[in-house]
Amino acid sequence: MLHFFQRPRSPFKTGVLVLIWGWMLTFVLLPNVMIIFTSVMTRGDSHFIEWQLTLDNYIRVFDPLYLQVFISSLWMAVITTLICLIIGYPFAFAISRFPAHVKPFLMLLVIIPFWTNSLVRTYALKVLLATKGLLNQSLLSLGLIDTPLRMLYTEGAVILGLVYVLLPFMILPLYAVFDQLNYNYIEAAQDLGASKIKTFWHLVIPLTMPGIIAGSLLVLLPAMGMFYIADLLGGAKHLLIGNLIKNQFLDARDWPFGATASIFLTSAMAILLYAYWRSIKLMKQQVNV
Amino acid sequence: MITWLTRGYMTLVYLFLYLPILVLIGYAFNDSRSLYTWGGLSLRWFEAALNNTLLMQATGHSLLLAIVAATGATIVGTLTAIALYRYRFRGKKLLNGLLFTVMMSPDIVMAISLLALFILLGIHLGFISLVLSHITFCIPFIVVTVYSRLSNFNPAILEAAKDLGCNEWQMTRHVLVPIILPAIAAGWLLGFTLSLDDVVVSTFVTGPTYEILPLRIYSMVRVGLKPEVNALATLMLLISLLALLASHLLIKKGSS
Repeated sequence: MLHFFQRPRSPFKTGVLVLIWGWMLTFVLLPNVMIIFTSVMTRGDSHFIEWQLTLDNYIRVFDPLYLQVFISSLWMAVITTLICLIIGYPFAFAISRFPAHVKPFLMLLVIIPFWTNSLVRTYALKVLLATKGLLNQSLLSLGLIDTPLRMLYTEGAVILGLVYVLLPFMILPLYAVFDQLNYNYIEAAQDLGASKIKTFWHLVIPLTMPGIIAGSLLVLLPAMGMFYIADLLGGAKHLLIGNLIKNQFLDARDWPFGATASIFLTSAMAILLYAYWRSIKLMKQQVNV
Repeated sequence: MITWLTRGYMTLVYLFLYLPILVLIGYAFNDSRSLYTWGGLSLRWFEAALNNTLLMQATGHSLLLAIVAATGATIVGTLTAIALYRYRFRGKKLLNGLLFTVMMSPDIVMAISLLALFILLGIHLGFISLVLSHITFCIPFIVVTVYSRLSNFNPAILEAAKDLGCNEWQMTRHVLVPIILPAIAAGWLLGFTLSLDDVVVSTFVTGPTYEILPLRIYSMVRVGLKPEVNALATLMLLISLLALLASHLLIKKGSS
């Protein structure tokens, strides 16, 4: 305890620490603990929950009706992530090869959509995809199709919307790794006679893995929760986990079940973040050896 | 060497990112009542949007909310960044972890947990609950912005201030804050845009007495496509764009 008194305590430091800890405990830790509690309670009519312990909500998640929403939402999120990776990987690489004075501008063009209202952007996509929208009109006048295609309210439209809104989240971390990629390794590999495919597979992919994983997480996690995208582009049919949670909380008023669904989403996130952390650690060990 | 194939590919991706927005802006200036036929240039939908009292009230609410939330989050976020940079304290790792969790966790998870908190504490759903929620999700972004400026900054200046007899508060107020001011301003602008853009958290923590713009737009476009919304969306895009460019310039100025 002695060193504690040797240094005069600054009231400023104490004040700042109390403020931030108070805020994080009240608005982050406490609410999440409450959700965990809610998930093992019974649904109440007058109040939202009744103080009766139960595990029913956890069993109900495996009801085929809800399980199907979970699986189809996960499926759409995975497809979205893969499409973003396939589009974003070569794109981020291409930007990193531009001269240093052009790169910030090219990246600004990626960041602008990232910071503009995603609801407005989803709505813009809806306008474009509508039966009488510009895309159908153009295809008709080009003679590529005879009757307007029904593009809205399909699973494809929801995936397209998710890719459209989340693509910058994939490009940003990928660009960060490509920009710091050490090309000496690649030249060395080629000098030693490695083919292009071999160099790419055994060198470029492992070296850019942190960016691939970070980008995939930043796309995959929100892709399960953005209920307004499914709502605007998928109609009532193609639900995300986010729609399910929203319906339970705001319409069906079944808080305990909504809380359980949210815990499943959070657990998926925690597992993925842990995998990310582990793989970064392993990667660092490999480089050191 | 950047080949034509690469350039073509990049153009396609940029087109994908920008085409829907550009089409929306085009429609905002369309005179025709129908969304899909071109009737010449006109500002009538901007006029219609500006004369729509409900829309304008929601816009006013949103701007006030964004200003208050960005200011609150900037104060807490900046102080947190300074604490993380300057001090050693117990639970520093945990605090970092919590901030990271807030940044990574899906909005909807935060939304329901805050709703549960407000109901339990008996906080009326409306302006207060919206401000508290928006401050919470803005804080990590501001911490990151300010901290990255602090981490490439010469600590000898602070030692000098201490030697000249400043206490902790005076040093922060008169030396540290002026130096990192561009980053603080950039953080404020990011908080402002984040607050203005949020749909998910606001859907849960708002009440019937305080309607905000994104939710008003959401309920309008769920049922159909409205030309006034195009005009309003164009204005919102312009505000976000200006805020982003200002913050970009501030960060640039701060690092040079």
